[in-house]
Amino acid sequence: MDYNWNWGVLFEEEYLGWLISGFWWTIAVALCAWCIAIVVGSLVGIGRTVPNRFIRAISGTYVELFRNVPLLVQMFIWYFAVPELVPDDWGRWMKRDMPNPEFTTAVIALALYTASRVAEQVRAGIETVPEGLNAAAKAHGLSVAQTYRHILLPISFRLIVPPLTSEFLTVFKNSSLALTIGLLELTAQSQQIAEYTFQGFEAFTAATVIYVCIALVATVISQSLERYTAIPGFVGKEA
Amino acid sequence: MIEIEKISKWYGDFRVLTDCTTSVEKGEVVVVCGPSGSGKSTLIKCVNGLEPVQEGRISVEGQEVTAKSTNLTKLRSRIGMVFQHFELYPHMSVLENLCLAQEKVLKRSRDEAVSRAEELIERVGLSEHLTKFPSQLSGGQQQRVAIARSLAMDPIAMLFDEPTSALDPEMINEVLDVMVGLAKDGMTMMVVTHEMGFARKVADRVIFMDEGAIVEDRETQAFFSNPESDRAKDFLSKILNH
Ligand SMILES: Nc1ncnc2c1ncn2[C@@H]1O[C@H](COP(=O)(O)OP(=O)(O)O)[C@@H](O)[C@H]1O
Ligand SMILES: [Mg+2]
Repeated sequence: MDYNWNWGVLFEEEYLGWLISGFWWTIAVALCAWCIAIVVGSLVGIGRTVPNRFIRAISGTYVELFRNVPLLVQMFIWYFAVPELVPDDWGRWMKRDMPNPEFTTAVIALALYTASRVAEQVRAGIETVPEGLNAAAKAHGLSVAQTYRHILLPISFRLIVPPLTSEFLTVFKNSSLALTIGLLELTAQSQQIAEYTFQGFEAFTAATVIYVCIALVATVISQSLERYTAIPGFVGKEA
Repeated sequence: MIEIEKISKWYGDFRVLTDCTTSVEKGEVVVVCGPSGSGKSTLIKCVNGLEPVQEGRISVEGQEVTAKSTNLTKLRSRIGMVFQHFELYPHMSVLENLCLAQEKVLKRSRDEAVSRAEELIERVGLSEHLTKFPSQLSGGQQQRVAIARSLAMDPIAMLFDEPTSALDPEMINEVLDVMVGLAKDGMTMMVVTHEMGFARKVADRVIFMDEGAIVEDRETQAFFSNPESDRAKDFLSKILNH
């Protein structure tokens, strides 16, 4: 294979700058989306378990909708279709005045998609809490809201730290789809470097290494979170 | 104090309770026994409204459990309940287990709740375990904590659902001792149990259930010396002969 390896390009000021900027956009999109996804996902997940049928149905519909439509399609819908579907002046605002439209759209699309997956974890976590604890809380006169607040959520969130970790990692990977609507995040920047320098291997290797490093850091953080939140001797329903 | 009048309950098409009528006076101890699946747990869960009934009425201290207008959470906070599997909150220390409902439901101050908790945990003989988590205690200790947790609400009556049947034999007595103490102090109690020694010692009446119906409801002495129904006789001979 005639390929001129040149790792040096990665350290040329211009291209290094692109990589660093891409890195920060990836971090920004992923973290913003994650924060929103945790809040929305928790609410929807809780909604799937509450006694009220109407709330359960809405939450269920949300999950089915956002989880089953491919994320790429959702990105396109938010970016291209939604501005046409909403009332005219909103659409105009989205297209012309919305600050940083690619970033905002990417965050919204990624957040709402991830929320549907978080919601499933939250629901599963709540359902893993033994039914008897619910009965005990009820028997002591705790209201439904108090039972969620003090019993169901604290226990289920501890149980779902591991699966949420993997969702957290997935957000970083999925954030690369933002390049399709023109956000210059890490993958987009690498691609750009490849086009400018013809050093595709180096550029994408750099991106890979950075993604792996992000994953490692995220894993370390969540492992310590896992240790910190573990309930001694408790493993949920099957125990 | 507890009045149960002709209640019936169905799970779908399956009739769990059939026309059950009984009552528990203030300070009375009533033991409920019967074969597995006869509806004992269901009956006492109906008393504090954990399970709804489709027919009949239940009232506790004059308050209708079965009426729509009743504030069930308030009523439940006044009736203690102890479960077969303890159901301690696994993510909280013993102290927090005892304080949670005191603070959130009875709105006691932290200090009040803690001092009441300490008092009761001493009563069940577990003072040195206050900061431990449930999983660090034996089954018998956990059940005593669960009893203390219910007592912390200053209940007007206590319901027990097979409180010793998940315990190793050597731990049964430590729990029964606490319950005997409660009975002697005049607590109104409805106890589902197969511990006939306990029934003989403290029960005023014994209720025998079979297939969702109350088959016998009699003074303790009379129940043991000469049960009327064949099913109760059969049940007693099985349970007393091992
Ligand atoms: N949630 C439920 N749904 C359907 N059937 C139930 C439910 N809970 C209990 N049952 C049935 O009702 C009957 C009585 O149950 P239970 O009150 O637990 O009996 P016991 O406590 O006397 O063993 C059993 O046949 C049981 O299978
Ligand atoms: Mg039972």
